[in-house]
Formats: sequence, C-alpha cells, structure tokens
Amino acid sequence: MKLTHLQRLEAESMHIMREAAAESENPVMLYSIGKDSSVMLHLALKAFYPSTPPFPFLHIDTTWKFREMITFRDARMTELGLKLLVHSNPECIEKGINPFTHGSSLHTDMWKTQGLKQALDQYGFDTAFGGARRDEEKSRAKERVFSLRSAQHQWDPKAQRPELWRLYNARRSPGESLRVFPLSNWTELDIWQYIHLEDIPIVPLYLAKARPVVERDGMLIQVDDDRLPLLPGERPQMRSVRFRTLGCYPLTGAVESEASTLLDVIQEMLLTTTSERQGRAIDHDSSGSMEKKKQEGYF
Amino acid sequence: MLRFITCGSVDDGKSTLIGRMLYDAHLVFEDHLASLAADSKKVGTQGDDLDFALLLDGLTAEREQGITIDVAYRFFSTEKRKFIVADTPGHEQYTRNMVTGASTADCAVILVDARQGVLTQTRRHSYLVSLLGIRHIVLAVNKMDLVEFSQQRFDEIVAEYRAFAVQIGLSSVTAIPLSALRGDNITSASPNTTWYGGPTLMGYLETVEIDAEATDGPFRFPVQWVNRPNLDFRGFSGTIVGGSIRPGDRVRVLPSGVETNVARIVTPGADLTEAVRGQAVTLTLTDEVDVSRGDVLCRAESPAEVADQFEAHIVWMNEQPMLAGRPYLLKSGTRTVGCSISQLKYKVNVNTLEHAAATTLELNEIGVANITVDRPIAFDTYADNRDTGGFIVVDRFSNATLGAGMLHFALRRAHNIHWQAVQVDRAAREQLKGHSAGAVWFTGLSGSGKSTIANLVEKQLHSLGVHTYLLDGDNVRHGLNKNLGFTDADRVENIRRVAEVCRLMVDAGLVVLVSFISPFAQERRMARDLLGDSEFCEVFVDTPLAVAEERDPKGLYQKARRGELPHFTGIDSPYEPPMNPELRIQTVETDAEEAAGLVVTRLRQMNIID
Ligand SMILES: Nc1nc2c(ncn2[C@@H]2O[C@H](COP(=O)(O)OP(=O)(O)O)[C@@H](O)[C@H]2O)c(=O)[nH]1
Repeated sequence: MKLTHLQRLEAESMHIMREAAAESENPVMLYSIGKDSSVMLHLALKAFYPSTPPFPFLHIDTTWKFREMITFRDARMTELGLKLLVHSNPECIEKGINPFTHGSSLHTDMWKTQGLKQALDQYGFDTAFGGARRDEEKSRAKERVFSLRSAQHQWDPKAQRPELWRLYNARRSPGESLRVFPLSNWTELDIWQYIHLEDIPIVPLYLAKARPVVERDGMLIQVDDDRLPLLPGERPQMRSVRFRTLGCYPLTGAVESEASTLLDVIQEMLLTTTSERQGRAIDHDSSGSMEKKKQEGYF
Repeated sequence: MLRFITCGSVDDGKSTLIGRMLYDAHLVFEDHLASLAADSKKVGTQGDDLDFALLLDGLTAEREQGITIDVAYRFFSTEKRKFIVADTPGHEQYTRNMVTGASTADCAVILVDARQGVLTQTRRHSYLVSLLGIRHIVLAVNKMDLVEFSQQRFDEIVAEYRAFAVQIGLSSVTAIPLSALRGDNITSASPNTTWYGGPTLMGYLETVEIDAEATDGPFRFPVQWVNRPNLDFRGFSGTIVGGSIRPGDRVRVLPSGVETNVARIVTPGADLTEAVRGQAVTLTLTDEVDVSRGDVLCRAESPAEVADQFEAHIVWMNEQPMLAGRPYLLKSGTRTVGCSISQLKYKVNVNTLEHAAATTLELNEIGVANITVDRPIAFDTYADNRDTGGFIVVDRFSNATLGAGMLHFALRRAHNIHWQAVQVDRAAREQLKGHSAGAVWFTGLSGSGKSTIANLVEKQLHSLGVHTYLLDGDNVRHGLNKNLGFTDADRVENIRRVAEVCRLMVDAGLVVLVSFISPFAQERRMARDLLGDSEFCEVFVDTPLAVAEERDPKGLYQKARRGELPHFTGIDSPYEPPMNPELRIQTVETDAEEAAGLVVTRLRQMNIID
C-alpha cells in the first residue's frame, strides 16, 4: 500500500498537532477563516477523532474582514460545536485604527500583531497553532515547525532548535511559548487539492463571482461595505473576481477569474504565474519585510 | 513524494542548482522573478543575468552577508512527483544543519566542483549522509562547462569517489555530469555530454525508488495521545513508524511487555482494515491494558528491545559542550526520560574519519558514547528504524535541543546488575544510630569560608551525638579524584563522584557534610536529584569575589591572577550562584560560629536531626 503525497502530508500534520497538544498545558488553534485555516481545522478534527480537538479556536478579528468571512466563521463553529474565542484589540477599536488614515503597516501591526499578543497573554496560551506554510515566502522556508517565542513573543532566529526526524522538542521555560505550524510542508496547490479531495467547506470568496470592485494601485479591491472611502472619480464596477488569500478587505487584492468551481481554481493554479502573496498589500513594503514582522511577533 | 538534501561546499553551486530546478519546474512566479531580477542587479554575482542562488536566500541579514545560515526547505513538483528539498549551507555550522536536513531525507545530492574534484568536504558530507542512513546518493559533478565537459575528468572524479564511498558503506551512488548554471543534464540530456548515457538529475529524482515507500519491518507505534472522548471509548493515537497493522493483530506494549490484540483502526468516516507506516491513526485494543503516552506498541512476535543503557552515535549541536555525567533529558519517539552520558568512547574526525580519545564533545562534533537513561525505554537499532532508533538530547534548564543520537545496541551489562534486596537497610541503620541521615552541601567560591563553617558544624553535630562525615577537596581530590583536573569536564566528573559517594554514605546512615566549590547549578541539581529534596540541605556560603580574593588564605587567587592556576573559579571559570538554597550565609555579616548555628537549626527544621 503506497501513500499519496497528500496522505503523507495529512499524517505529518496530524502527528505534529497531537505532539504539540500532548506536550502543552494550554494550547489554542488560530483560526483566520482562510483556506489554510479551513484545512487546519479539518486536520484537527481528524487528528483527535472521536474526541473533539482538545483546544479552543481563536480568531483575531480586525473588524475589517470581509463580511462573508465572519458569516462563514460563525456558521462553521456552530455546526461543529467548537469553542471559538474572538479578540479585537480594544485600543484599535477606541482609536478607530483603519488602513486608510493609518496606513497598512500600522493597521496590520496594531490589529493583528498586537491583537494576537494581547489575546495570547490574556488567556495564557502556551502553544498556538498557525497555518503558515514554508512555501509562502522566502523567510518562511527556514521557519521551524515548532517555533519558540520569548515571553515578549519575539522570534529569535538564533534560539530556534534543530528539528530532526519526527522528533519535536516542545519543552519551554516559564513565559516562553510555541508557535506550531502543522502545514509547514504544504504548498498552495496541495491545499487546494486537499480541499477538493476532502470536500472541505471554504469561504465562497475563493470562487469567482461578479463582485463590486475598484482598481487601486494595480489591485482590485472589493467594496465590501460603505466604510471604503471612494477616491474622486472612482466607481465600483462589477467584475468576475476571486481571492487567493483572505485578509482585511481593503488590503486584499482580487484576481480576475472565471473559476467558479474548485476544479476551475485548481486548473488556474496550475497555470498561474504569480505568487499568492502578490495580492497582499503588506508584503510589498520592502524586501525582507515578512521577516521583520516575524521578529516583531506578527505570526 | 521525495525528500532530498543537497550538500556541497560554499560555491560548489548548490543554490544555483536548486534555483535552476525550481525555475525549470516553472515554479518561479512572475513577482518572485521581478524581485529576483532586481536583486540580481543589486547583490548578484552574475552581472545582468539572473542569479538563481538569490531565489533561495531567505533572511535579510544573511542575504547582506551573502551566506545562508540554516536549513531551508523548498518545494516543487513535476508531473511525476512532489519534492521537498532540504538546503543546507556549507560553512562551520555545517554538521548541525546537514544532520538536521539529512534526518528526514530519502536521497542526497552531493555536489562537487568539476575543477576541484573530491575534497575533504565531500568526504565529510558523505560520511554524515551515511551516518544518517540515507541510501540513495547522487554525485553531482557540477561546473562541467568549466572543464570543457571532459569525460576523462568526470571519470576520474567518479572513480575516486566510488573508492571512498565503499569504505563508508554507501552503495547506491549515481554520478551525473552537470552545469547548474547552463542547465546541462538537469531536465534534459545535454548535447555537450554525448558520452554520458545515464539519467538527468531530474529524471533520477523522479524515479528513484525510496525506502520510505516500502512498509517492511515490524509494526512500531509510539503512543502520542490517549484518546478518551467518553467512558466507552479508549483509543491510542499515534503515527505508525514501522510495518503495518490490521485489526486482530497481536501487539506487545513496551516497556511493560503486556500483550493484547488490536480491535479497531479508527478514523472519521469508516474504520480501516489496514494501516501502514507513515499513517497517523487511532487504535483500540481488545483488553483494558495500561497504555500511556510514551509507550510503544509493537508486533508481538518481533518486539523492539527494552534497555536502560546503550551505545550510540551522538552529534553535538550546541555551543555548550557535552559533558559526561551531566544530567540531560532524552526524547525518543514520544517518550522523554532523564539521561546521562556514562562514557564518551571516542570522537570522530569528520574529515579524516579517524577516532580520537575525548572527554567532551563540542558543537558540531560527533562521537560514540555509552548512555544511561533513568528508566528502561523501547528502541530499535537506528539502522533498522530511524524513528525508534533516533533520539534528541535536551537541556534540563534551557530546554534547548543540544544534540541528536542514533542508537546502536543495548549494553548487556545493564541486565546483569540487579539490586540486591538487603534486609539491613537504611531505616535499620538510622534506627541503630538514633537519627536520620542526610547531606549538607556547602557551595561557594574558594576562600568563601565553606570549610571553616563545615568544620564547626561537624563539631557541633558530633557533640549532639550525630554521626557525621566531612567530604572536602582535601580528602577527596587527593584520593578518589586524584586523576581529575579543573576543566569543566573534570569539574563535572568530580562532583558526580562526590555526589555518588555522598549518597552511599547517606544510605549508610550518616549526616554527610560536603564542602566543594561546586560551581555549576546543573551538578548541584544532580546531587539534589540523587538524594531527594527532603534530605538535601544546600548551603550557599555567599562571599563577594573581592572579599574572598582579599582573604586568599592559601594564596590561590594570587597564583591564579598570575596565570599559574588556569580554570580558577571566579577568575577564568564561572561560578553559578544557587537560586533557591536551603540556607544562604553572607559571611561579610555573619561570623563562622553563628553561621554553623544557622546550619544546625536548619537541619532541625528539616527533621534530619532532633
Ligand atoms: N560556470 C559555472 N558556474 C557555476 C555553476 N554552478 C554555479 N556556478 C557559479 O558558482 C558560484 C557559486 O554558486 P552558488 O550556487 O552560490 O553556490 P553555493 O554556495 O553552493 O550555494 C556562483 O558564481 C555561480 O554562478 C556551473 O554549473 N557552471
């Protein structure tokens, strides 16, 4: 009996989740509602079956997510009977932090990076599962599966531990925590193939549909609600688009596409010539920017 | 799916080769290409041409220095296979990184520069590859364009390499002439090497039959997690790391040795009729036997071995050297136990493969050692099973991964020494003496006043009718530990012996006073663990260095300052003060008599004396 590469990846991810859960006192799974989170959730359900996953799910809500994401999140969690924690940085709410007046970097830092640290501290989580993949970005290629963070949530490239075989060292000193990335060895294509094979529910925004968008700095931005200030002369147009990654709607570019089914999406993937992160405003800042963000505690 | 590792010295063309494979597999996206083109102009080495190597370097600091520091994983797939490449750089951290990358690889691509041929580094990489048990080797002779694609040069290199490969037990070696830069024999047969009839690099990687795909070997299943959703279900979740399993199969639980049968292989959807190596499953058993995380389920007819002493290869991966006798943790499969290196037999010079006697292993050194664990564990020989035969060594304090090891065999000795069940035991001896036994461990700088205080304590105890014995540098270093010096390794061994002697004396019913500098927290911790908290009274004789140096009763500090006493604590060897001693005496404020009184009071509080 030969295992397919998806079966191998699946088993590896389940192994990682079980290992981290067994060696943590208070783990949590970050749930960002995107395709990677959907796969991670699916794998968690499998890994601990027939038990339910022995940890809650945490969404860092920036209040600027696509509305369809929130609807999907709530429906999914209710359907599965899982415990969802939602955290929105109160300081951001108070100051009304948004990408337009404050810029994409500050917006992301305050809502996501600071918001995440707050939530982890508030609940005292010692292990957080994240859905990052090594193929996403150059600096991720060296990220460990079990990544150690200091009490200040800092990532020190020098303090990371060698990882051999299937043996993960999950021990940590008081105050330190672990970020665990069960999907490290998956590629974007693997994710889509697995979603298709396992029939995993995803937010409909991933499939093409006529949506109201404006074109800005070469990106197609969906007018998701009336908080998006239109520039002079800008008029939303209906175009057939889909999203390759999902984040805050004003910062997430759509791609023009007719791929309205999963199979179409996979077909397009095979032909695509740009990386999925191209649609994210935050990565364009400067070369090596992801790495800087990581050192600051961005997941 | 194939996992492979690329190894080569700096500038052999490793990054260029991987970049080229990604590019040829059409995996370089336009936006990456755009930044590659920009980077190539800025920091590249190829003028205005694309510098493929830049596709791979991840971290900015490294990029600026023009080196890669760590193991990076790359992904690409062709129609035939998905590939995961572990890319490791070729400088000093090499051994650690390469061993890490090789631990999960099925195949290794060893690069040599056609102009340079087989170098010392090539031998080192090959040795590491064979140590980690990789069976499929590609000898990639790169930069053939710079030797005019000469068949003679190629044959020379290959012949030399094969002769060496046989010595270290690498049997399956495929040699391919390449130019990573120009793309020769990467994906299609090169017109420049018509004399070569073998596969292209990609062709080989796409078709090589890998061990991981075979499921031979007996069933092995380290239990990760006991799955108990409710009182009616008790399953064991884990990954099968050897063989296969079907419901009804007889299994043995190790280390307990209890046997039972597999009832079900549970997954969401339907139960499986068979599961094989590599799968993550949940098993239920037909009997209510005791199984917990860390146990290994094995095929009953061919179970793993169980032992508490082994011989193993160890690769050291931390700046802090490996010291024999120091307590560490060992994780194998899903089990973590206490361990110590009982004896380092030799270290291996990775360049010449010669063996040399050694007492410590430094970062990136490899040795063969005997290891003792504090509980028996189940294991297989690494050659038989990487998962049940591989382990990591973890620091008890920082929790860092310090090293990795590959088990060879159990030391039979362990089976033969059985503890004699003696009738005259410690309780009996204590009763005869009329008091409990215990240890008072004085630690502090040379000249801090340890021995003065210890001597006074002994006098007071003696007058109270307590049986005592004082162990100090004078009576131990001159006899039992005569062969030890003052290097870190010797200091560790010194304290280990003292602690063991102390334990025997406590077992004999004595109150033992130990007066040693004992500068390292880890060894004091080991002594405490040996004796148990309730009978271990750590006394920190706290005297500032300046004060101790001024007192200098034996003139040692003066000598040390003159450089005549190397490794002198406080001068050029560290002292780690205790964090939570049972008693801390500040000698600047407390005189020796008073201090001795404090110690005796503390022993009363601990119920060691009345
Ligand atoms: N002529 C020639 N140069 C090469 C070849 N492969 C790599 N190089 C050059 O050798 C140098 C070192 O290559 P690089 O990939 O950075 O080596 P690494 O240190 O092993 O990653 C660079 O200048 C490459 O362009 C080759 O096949 N032929």
